[in-house]
Amino acid sequence: MRRETTLGARLWSTLIWVLVAFFILNLLAMIASVVVNSFGTRWFTTWLPAGWTTRWYTLAWDEFQLPQILLVTLEVVGATVILSGLLGVPAAYAMARRDFPGKSLVLLLFLLPLMVPPITYGIPLATVLYQAHLAGTIWGVILANLVPTVPFVVLIMIPFVEQIDPRVEAAARVFGAGTLRLFVQVLVPLLTPGILAALLLVLVRTVAMFELTFLTAGPTSQTLVVALYYAVFAAGVRPGQSIDAMAVVYMVTTLIWLLIALRFVNPTQIVGRAKR
Amino acid sequence: MRTRLRNRGLDGVTLLVIPGVLFVVALFVYPFLYGLLLSFEPKEGGWLANYVTFFSDPFLYDTIGKTLLIAIPATLLNVVLSIPVAMRVRLMRHQKLLTTILVIPITLGTVLVAEGLLTYLGPRGWVNRVLLEFGLAEHPIRLVHNYWGVMLSLIISGFPFTFLLTLSYVTGIDPALENAGAMLGARARERFFRIILPLLVPGLAITLALSFVQAFSVFPSAVLLGAPAGPTRVISIAAYTAAFEQYDYSMASAIAMIMAAVQVLIVVALLGARTLVFRGPASSGKG
Repeated sequence: MRRETTLGARLWSTLIWVLVAFFILNLLAMIASVVVNSFGTRWFTTWLPAGWTTRWYTLAWDEFQLPQILLVTLEVVGATVILSGLLGVPAAYAMARRDFPGKSLVLLLFLLPLMVPPITYGIPLATVLYQAHLAGTIWGVILANLVPTVPFVVLIMIPFVEQIDPRVEAAARVFGAGTLRLFVQVLVPLLTPGILAALLLVLVRTVAMFELTFLTAGPTSQTLVVALYYAVFAAGVRPGQSIDAMAVVYMVTTLIWLLIALRFVNPTQIVGRAKR
Repeated sequence: MRTRLRNRGLDGVTLLVIPGVLFVVALFVYPFLYGLLLSFEPKEGGWLANYVTFFSDPFLYDTIGKTLLIAIPATLLNVVLSIPVAMRVRLMRHQKLLTTILVIPITLGTVLVAEGLLTYLGPRGWVNRVLLEFGLAEHPIRLVHNYWGVMLSLIISGFPFTFLLTLSYVTGIDPALENAGAMLGARARERFFRIILPLLVPGLAITLALSFVQAFSVFPSAVLLGAPAGPTRVISIAAYTAAFEQYDYSMASAIAMIMAAVQVLIVVALLGARTLVFRGPASSGKG
């Protein structure tokens, strides 16, 4: 790769780095101001709050019923991760190994829920779920969250399946393994890195999935993001610091899983959802 | 019979795709078709009544213009900034730290970015603090609860998304092509416009399409950071209000369909423009 050494090229590259640094500075300062505010007592016309306290966390814990919300979040995310794995991995296996009529149509079917933004299909989806009396319950929320995650698992897993030598499977077949046994004893162990990566990404995306949960959740089936939205929406009812305390709880929950996920996947994979 | 089916690729293994397909059909395709049909069964009036109401009520049809007025500048800005940054970052050896930092706002999502910006850009936030301390402003500047709040949130969460997509396309271009150009005496600017850019156009069209669709469906930040009754009453707010405040699911479906139609139109136009601008075997990025 060539690097230019002329003055113009250096100025240009400096300009780009200044731009990137400015962006990151603002991003980190935005996050820091939430954290600082959540620990501050009074904060008016100074750089930092007048004093420090943790009482906004105890307030948020009781006021926003955080224990219940965290439990719901755990249930929704857990069920979504497990079910999208159970539905997505076998489908990805079939897509990777067989050429059947209408395969490109099926691929399109799996691509569409990832390309169409959730708010667009979420409103008809919520309507249907309300008709089926599922919306408002935790199962409605789980079903809605599965719509983008099942195709996501399929598309992530296809290349992982393709990497496995088909002769390994043929050998297992020769020794008399049925499809179920083949899956449990041969494929799942070989696919573990891929499954782990796919499911961790599903986890991170589901914790942060606002639109679908928002459209289908009832008062007892809110996840952390939706509760945060309502808290910000009704700002003024409660002190701003306790909303920020809740935002910190949400950030910590998300970022822990992001850090774990990044041990197994590349950051670009989180965006590269439609990558060929 | 069995062997005939097997020869066409249909056997026990193929059946494994069925649960996944059925799920997507039941919860994605069916609701969409149901919504489409429902939008033609308005509470009152003829079968097109919802669409007639939408396009004759300025409070409703203006939402398209307002959404485009936010989405188009945000998308263009993000893409135009992403290209030079991606061009520079691809030369970096340790990209992972930068990409990790940039993936944070995407992971945190728009609700958290909205709450963060409310604190950060608010009248008592650090941005206004800096402006006041350095004498750049006499009074705190209003940056939230208006158009600019939504715009800034679309940049904070949209730029990393656009950048990471662009980076994956830029790194997909064989560096040998550029080196060959350099050896033949092409300068950086010429190499970019005559070698990289033409190869980047297909990926760029997809990046533009995805970023636009995301920006066009802006919802939480338009409510929390914008003026949801005024200049940032975007189309998703109109659809949400119809469904969950007026309980008119038919109208809500109609608005959702109009929203989808605008997105499809723009995406088709972008991908169509791609084939007009550039066609040829090198479009695969390998040349």
